[in-house]
Amino acid sequence: MIQLKQLTKSYGKGRKVTTALSDLNLSIQKGEIFGVIGHSGAGKSTLIRCINLLERPTSGEVWVNGVELTGLSKKQLQEQRRKIGMIFQHFNLLSSATVYDNVAFPLRLTKTSKEQIDRKVNELLSLVGLEEHKDKYPAQLSGGQKQRVGIARALASDPDVLLCDEATSALDPQTTNSILKLLLDINKKFNITIVLITHEMHVIQSICDRVAVIHEGGIVEQGPVTEVFLKPQHYVTREFILRDEANNEALQIAIEAPHLDSSRAAKITFVGEMTYESILSQTSKDTGVNFAILQGTISTIKDVPYGQLIVRFEGDKKAIDQTIKVLTGQGLDVEVIE
Amino acid sequence: MTIMGLDFSQVNLDEIVTATIDTLKMLGFSALFTFIIGLPIGIILYLSAKSSSWLVKAFYRIISIVVNILRSVPFVILLVAIIPFTRLIVGTSLGVLGTIPPLVISAAPFFARLVETTLREVDRGVIEAAQAMGASLPQIISKVLLREAFPGLLASMTMTAVALVSYTAMSGMVGGGGLGSLAINYGYYRYESEVMILAVIIMVILVQLLQMAGDKLVLHFTRK
Repeated sequence: MIQLKQLTKSYGKGRKVTTALSDLNLSIQKGEIFGVIGHSGAGKSTLIRCINLLERPTSGEVWVNGVELTGLSKKQLQEQRRKIGMIFQHFNLLSSATVYDNVAFPLRLTKTSKEQIDRKVNELLSLVGLEEHKDKYPAQLSGGQKQRVGIARALASDPDVLLCDEATSALDPQTTNSILKLLLDINKKFNITIVLITHEMHVIQSICDRVAVIHEGGIVEQGPVTEVFLKPQHYVTREFILRDEANNEALQIAIEAPHLDSSRAAKITFVGEMTYESILSQTSKDTGVNFAILQGTISTIKDVPYGQLIVRFEGDKKAIDQTIKVLTGQGLDVEVIE
Repeated sequence: MTIMGLDFSQVNLDEIVTATIDTLKMLGFSALFTFIIGLPIGIILYLSAKSSSWLVKAFYRIISIVVNILRSVPFVILLVAIIPFTRLIVGTSLGVLGTIPPLVISAAPFFARLVETTLREVDRGVIEAAQAMGASLPQIISKVLLREAFPGLLASMTMTAVALVSYTAMSGMVGGGGLGSLAINYGYYRYESEVMILAVIIMVILVQLLQMAGDKLVLHFTRK
């Protein structure tokens, strides 16, 4: 659906060149929600703005829906942009226009009949739950409501892609969740491809199917959210996931504490339905190994349940090895911590 | 009728009414043409200022310099200096008609600058959003820039109209007609202060009314 090939974007010229993106490749499938996470200054904003050419890349290709955008004429690009919706961190609504007129804006850019506009706008306003506010001006709305107007406006021209540029970063946590839920609903209902950039792991974890981690203008890690989230490879990814440094120190002490010959700490990861099954206690009963849970999380990534436990097995050395073997055989991921 | 030693009974009211109407005519026509000419120049200034092409930038510099020169020449001097040009356009350099070209030439650059500044206040993000939705440049100008800047443009128009009132008075110096002529002819040349005072009072009222109407309109259209 979207392919970025050898994308490079640099600003300035001569000695003062700063490179925002360097030789970046990315491929996004139709109908998925793809997240890009990175610290500020990592280039994520430039990346998303290159997809609809709000920023023109210095070199490289941008393919959206089978069309290479960088080679298009002004007019052709305008046409293609109508198929790419975008929402913004600061909403960017027309302050002089009502909610209704804001949503109607993209439709009025093309020759659309009044009846058609009216039907479409009312449909979208009911989708985002703002029917009663259609005659209000943006200044009279809350942040969450403004973003809902932004979403309705972005959907007005029936786009194939929705770009979300830090769409929830200016919102409080509760409003963030309601907007994320709306995006998820829209993705399911219209099978629209969503690309979002954020600096919050929580956003990625809530709605994304796949994620890419961007750092210093390049993608350092990407894959399904469950994989990247549960087994982060790059240190930047780990930073996003393990925020609680103090907690990790406490864990380290717990792992090292007993100094028994026959104890062994391990990180066990469950993904999917097995999360809610009693595999661990069943296995330990069978092998006669006891375990202590040192740290653990049971949660969901999008709608996939997962669990990650750090446990210390205690018992006979062979029995511990056997336990680990059985658990692995059941499809769990067991990583022994030395 | 004597107030503070001034005798207003000798004042010819017909003359004052005619002069007031002349001033309103000068003000109305010059304001109209100032807005018609100044608005596009202001838009061009705004658009070319942020262009990355050196050609457009050079163009911006040239227009900008011309605008600055026209703004810095004192109105009275401009008025005299362009008399041949005025004759060429309207056939005379006297009366109501003869003052309109110099008024427009001096006010339009002023208004254009105000337009440029007002347009700069429009949120970049909104323009970007329109670009992202596939809006063309003319659409962005008409549906985003002018619409979002409308209250600010009204305020700029009010300022320009108020400035024009004092300019019309100055044109009285060179036979322009209107309240300014009246004030100078009677008050300055003939030492008849009564007419001058009345003319000034009318102009003060005119400016007050313009400002009030402008403020009301700005408030009416402001949505922020």
